[in-house]
Amino acid sequence: MQNNLIIKTEKLTKRFPMGKSEFTALKDIDLELITGEFSGLIGPSGSGKTTLLNIIGSLDSPTEGQAIVMDQSVGQLSAKEAARLRKQSLGFIFQTYNLLQVHTVFENVELPLLLLKYSSSERKKMVYDALDWVGLTDKIKQKPPQLSGGECQRVAIARAMVKKPSLVLADEPTANLDAANSHNILQTMEKLNEELKTTFLFATHDEKVIAYLKRKIYLRDGMIDKIETAKNDK
Amino acid sequence: MKLAIKLAFKNLIGAGLRTWLNVIVLSFSFVIIIAVKGILVGWDRQAKNDMTEWEIGGGQYWHEDYDPYDAFTLEESHAPVPGEFTPEIEQGDMVPVLMTRGTIYPQGRMQSILIKGIDPEQTLLKLPTNKLDTAVAAIPAVIGSNMAKTKKLEIGDYITMRWRDANGTFDAADIFITGIFTTNVPTVDVSQVWIPLDSLQSMLLMPGEATTLTFRNREKARQDTGEWKLMTFDELVSDIEEMIKTKSVGQSIFYIILLILALLAIFDTQVLSIFRRQKEIGTYIALGYTRRGVVGLFTVEGAMHAILAALVGAVYGIPFLIWFANKGISLGVSSADYGFAMAETMYPAYSLGLIAGTTILVLVATTIVSYWPSRKIAKMNPTEALRGKLQ
Repeated sequence: MQNNLIIKTEKLTKRFPMGKSEFTALKDIDLELITGEFSGLIGPSGSGKTTLLNIIGSLDSPTEGQAIVMDQSVGQLSAKEAARLRKQSLGFIFQTYNLLQVHTVFENVELPLLLLKYSSSERKKMVYDALDWVGLTDKIKQKPPQLSGGECQRVAIARAMVKKPSLVLADEPTANLDAANSHNILQTMEKLNEELKTTFLFATHDEKVIAYLKRKIYLRDGMIDKIETAKNDK
Repeated sequence: MKLAIKLAFKNLIGAGLRTWLNVIVLSFSFVIIIAVKGILVGWDRQAKNDMTEWEIGGGQYWHEDYDPYDAFTLEESHAPVPGEFTPEIEQGDMVPVLMTRGTIYPQGRMQSILIKGIDPEQTLLKLPTNKLDTAVAAIPAVIGSNMAKTKKLEIGDYITMRWRDANGTFDAADIFITGIFTTNVPTVDVSQVWIPLDSLQSMLLMPGEATTLTFRNREKARQDTGEWKLMTFDELVSDIEEMIKTKSVGQSIFYIILLILALLAIFDTQVLSIFRRQKEIGTYIALGYTRRGVVGLFTVEGAMHAILAALVGAVYGIPFLIWFANKGISLGVSSADYGFAMAETMYPAYSLGLIAGTTILVLVATTIVSYWPSRKIAKMNPTEALRGKLQ
């Protein structure tokens, strides 16, 4: 990766059709993120943070400009290449956890490794390690409906981290959690960022999350309003 | 594929009651298709077996003018048995039968019959012709139970029988019923009287002649000979095969309706799944699945209903089918009502081909109805799917 750049966007614009007209969700976004950052896209609802996160996560493509993630231009990737990028290098954490309800904690965390075709013994070790990071080794046989919201989000973090991706994209990860659980999972992610040098990019408007971010990218009406490199003020 | 199967199995089991309802309905289809088809296979097997044993052996030669559906051809359809068949006849591997029209007068009623002459010592056919080898004042005769019932005849009865000889002259004599046999083959029973071949040949003034020649060895290469037309085993059973084929179509409608009901339930489940599980679909894509992969996963999930149904069907179906094969099914009709070989109790027969064929049919049908709604996933926007937004 050039100069340790993990994400680079150039004049990134995203427009959605709205009836006969178009809605511009992102406009001329120029952004660079370096490996190991713990940053966030901050802004109110409709500011374009989730859209930007989705494009960086190769779940969507830009209308104009480009998003280069780990030296790959997302807009030019085929569906198969985009899937490979997500499978090998990206981890996702969602507001609503998005765990598979009929699978156990172990199986949920194991899923990305199955896609990467790790052996059974490797998978077992890696899943235990990931659950150890989030402190859930005692819940491996439980299913999501048996867990609290905080525990579910920790499982989601373990699932995102288990393959040790280069980049984790977290969309409003604390929106459904109380303050104690929010701090708990943010501390977990911060620890993983420090220990594994994984890059974290959040989309949030939660003050608790913002307090942990080392770089804050403020979005307003689809454009970058300001970028702050803040000292940790949690 | 292995991953898709693993995930699909987990998802199916996790879906609980809904899965089991679909699986049970589909398993009914499995068991009923096999049971119904088993009856037809059993019928086919039993009919061919009975016909082989009672009437056609391994095949027949017919006199070229003989038409079993036209009794008037009998006057002309006879000829001396060719000498080339003598060794086979002497070894008991070929049985000549001479036929003519006649009339009997049981209790003073006039009844048209078919008189058939056969060697009393033959063992090729199951007919109890040994009972013709009896010295009595009249001509010894054996008849089938249907003939006995409809003509109100019993063993030991004397009846007057009339016929026309080769010159067209009417003649008459008494016959004596020495045996009554029970068979599922109406074409050797209904309105027929079996008497010794020698007697009939001398009655008709046709020494050494026959109408049909039934042989034992089906495998031996044969061809038409002079006035004699070869009728292979397959040609002789073609009527019953046609009939069973017709029956098969009728019964297929029954199980196709059941199968459609089961497939509709699976289709409905698949459609609902795709709406209800959008977030899950989005998650799979976010984790690195391609959309095609997710379509495959959902298709495997649907198709797996058929595999589970086969297993569930096996649990209760195997004991049921074994019991059914032993007990059989009574159709409540006599073979004479149908006019061809049919046992009153039908015993189903299940072949490996039948079971494999049914499994493949249900599996393919289930896969198609599972794939159909799953194609919608390929058009899904993953970012909206992740939010669980209906598309």
